Amino acid sequence: MTDASIAGAAPEPKKSSLLVQDARTRKRNAAEARFRMYGLGAVCTGILALVLLLASILSNGLSSFQQTYITLEVALPADKLDKNGNRDRAEMAKVSTFGYQPLIAAAMEQKMTARGISVEGLSAKDAAGLVSKEAPAQLRNFVLANPDVLDTTRTFEFLASGRVDGYYKGRVSMETAQLDKNISPEQLQLADILLEEGTLETRFNWRFFTAPDASGQRPEAAGLGVAILGSFYMMLVVLCLALPIGVATSIYLEEFAPKNRITDLIEVNISNLAAVPSIVFGILGLAIFINFAGLPQSAPIVGGLVLTLMTLPTIIISTRASLKSVPPSIRDAALGVGASKMQSVFHHVLPLAAPGILTGTIIGLAQALGETAPLLLIGMVAFVREYPAAPPEGFFDPASALPVQIYNWTQRSDPAFVERASGAIIVLLAFLLVMNAIAILLRRKFERRW
Amino acid sequence: MSFAKLAASAAALAVVSASAASARDQVQVAGSSTVLPYASIVAEAFGENFDFPTPVVESGGSSAGLKRFCEGVGENTIDIANASRAIREKEIAACAEAGVTDIIEVRIGYDGIVFASDINGNSFEFTPVDWYKALAAEHFIDGELVANEFTTWDQVNPAFAAQNIQAFVPGTKHGTREVFEEKVILQGCEDGGFFQAMLDAGVDEDTAEEKCMALRTDGRSVDIDGDYTETLARIDADKDGIGVFGLAFYENNTDKLQVATMNGVVPTTEAISTGEYPVSRPLYFYIKKAHIGVIPGLQEFAEFFVADEIAGPDGPLAAYGLVSDPELSSTQDMVASGQAM
Repeated sequence: MTDASIAGAAPEPKKSSLLVQDARTRKRNAAEARFRMYGLGAVCTGILALVLLLASILSNGLSSFQQTYITLEVALPADKLDKNGNRDRAEMAKVSTFGYQPLIAAAMEQKMTARGISVEGLSAKDAAGLVSKEAPAQLRNFVLANPDVLDTTRTFEFLASGRVDGYYKGRVSMETAQLDKNISPEQLQLADILLEEGTLETRFNWRFFTAPDASGQRPEAAGLGVAILGSFYMMLVVLCLALPIGVATSIYLEEFAPKNRITDLIEVNISNLAAVPSIVFGILGLAIFINFAGLPQSAPIVGGLVLTLMTLPTIIISTRASLKSVPPSIRDAALGVGASKMQSVFHHVLPLAAPGILTGTIIGLAQALGETAPLLLIGMVAFVREYPAAPPEGFFDPASALPVQIYNWTQRSDPAFVERASGAIIVLLAFLLVMNAIAILLRRKFERRW
Repeated sequence: MSFAKLAASAAALAVVSASAASARDQVQVAGSSTVLPYASIVAEAFGENFDFPTPVVESGGSSAGLKRFCEGVGENTIDIANASRAIREKEIAACAEAGVTDIIEVRIGYDGIVFASDINGNSFEFTPVDWYKALAAEHFIDGELVANEFTTWDQVNPAFAAQNIQAFVPGTKHGTREVFEEKVILQGCEDGGFFQAMLDAGVDEDTAEEKCMALRTDGRSVDIDGDYTETLARIDADKDGIGVFGLAFYENNTDKLQVATMNGVVPTTEAISTGEYPVSRPLYFYIKKAHIGVIPGLQEFAEFFVADEIAGPDGPLAAYGLVSDPELSSTQDMVASGQAM
């Protein structure tokens, strides 16, 4: 009000009013409105891209959390599986999975005759094609572990083959089966009959999280077990190395180091390192950790070391920022009551900076979790089926990692792996989301404003 | 406080890693992405049937695999290199320099290279000449090289439909590209008499060959540096596209792709093993002999790989699309006796 009255009172030659905008103001206001629209447009584009990405991943991948199973009663004849009849494990192990394959076909035939199921033009071998190629191995492992089950008939639950599984997920239809070399419409008809009588069942797929990778012939058996474990081990290594080294570096640089050319140089280099492409760290890892130090290939320890190098700058920068944000009065007060420099840092500054440090660490870890490029060169982009052992030995066993598993699956020829890869992306995104949520929670809960 | 604990655990970790380079108990394999699916099928079956751990199989390409193979002898080098081509003299020399002298070459079978297009599109019956005419950068007409101006397949061969020429061929980093160039493009250039015409016009042989194999760069021929899944996605997006695939990939996607004949022969495992279908190549793996007996399970894995129940015509590899080798039994003998190159 006062402004207006003063403006009105001023001897202005130009006629102006607050109620009527002049051309210049209109122009400025229009520019602002335009800018807002641009901003809104940018946000909308971003959201649209995200929605499209999520929609495509979710529509492709959610079905991987469901899996079709077949229950069969399999006769385990001793004359085929233990020819000498003395139940010696070493002798029984001579019968390979190829020797167990006919048992599945026999069980399927048995089932069909017992229930009076017949589909025109379908042989017993075709019928056995409904069952995953993983099944003989499952039978063999069971028999070798329990030799006394020979000559009995046991009920087993097998995975259905990838195409049958795809049929119940809408990926395979009668029309595509007509053209498909790996499945026939007759097999799908049989699957429908089995579904009706409850032999076939689609339910939640825990194996997707626990099973190891499988070859291109059995997409239904492929899981993320080894990859999740490998990623976990690597994150453990990164946490145990990057956090102490990063925090120690930051504390020294921020609190103790003299400000001179050398520390300036170090500072510039740390900022530069943060921008180095991650593949460079892979090359470094191959040269130093594998070729020079002689660490094993494909091992989480090497992956963890490489990712540690990659994560260090992120942690150092965020730790220094949070140390800086602790007001000097805290340090002064601590020193004033007689604390040593180190006591003031460790008893007062560090605890206050901890939420920021943890946030930076978790974000660094999340970044490392999603990294594939450096792992390419150290042999972790591989087909690994054995679970690594428990730490610390497990750090030196071959393992895969989550992003690597996604990369591997997108290269497989069987279309069922598209679903698996998208499912793995969902799992990875969920992990990242959880980590970032924890970072935000920690910050919210412990952050102090001065 | 926790800092001390963390420092201690870091120190412990460092100590463990220093004492780490202990014995490796699983076979390490790397190399061609074409051989990878077969190698992983074998590795899986090997892990199931033997008491040895499942071998670790990496991809990365034939050349990269052989390069790592030739890095030296020792537990931190790979034991087996997969390759979709035979090892080169230069690579053998590089191997020898690093101390890798005894190499066992194992041919596991053949891989067919097929031309496939969208299942609902036009069918094609190609000859190498058609491909040369459609994709060569320059044609030799009346003693002069002129840029390829064909835009539709009926211009190439009146028997074809008037479909836009759009080919997705493997990029230069793939072993498949070499086979495609030599067995299709160069073959077409020779069959059509273009090669001879160039020689007659006084062009020297190397240049003529080079001109024959140069593919057009006006966007009609697209190099795919990724995998066959990428080629499939491109054909999905562009229904006019014709892609170059491995037989195994096509066999897994017969509901989306139709295959073209070459010289009137449909690519099947039988036609390829008899040599009737012309575009195929042998697949190999190479074993470091110095590692046999050191790495547990290496000898067994190699023997298992070429066993009849695996690599034979009724085995899982053939079911996946590998053309089994008619001379498999001599390969088996060679692996059993450990006969180096």
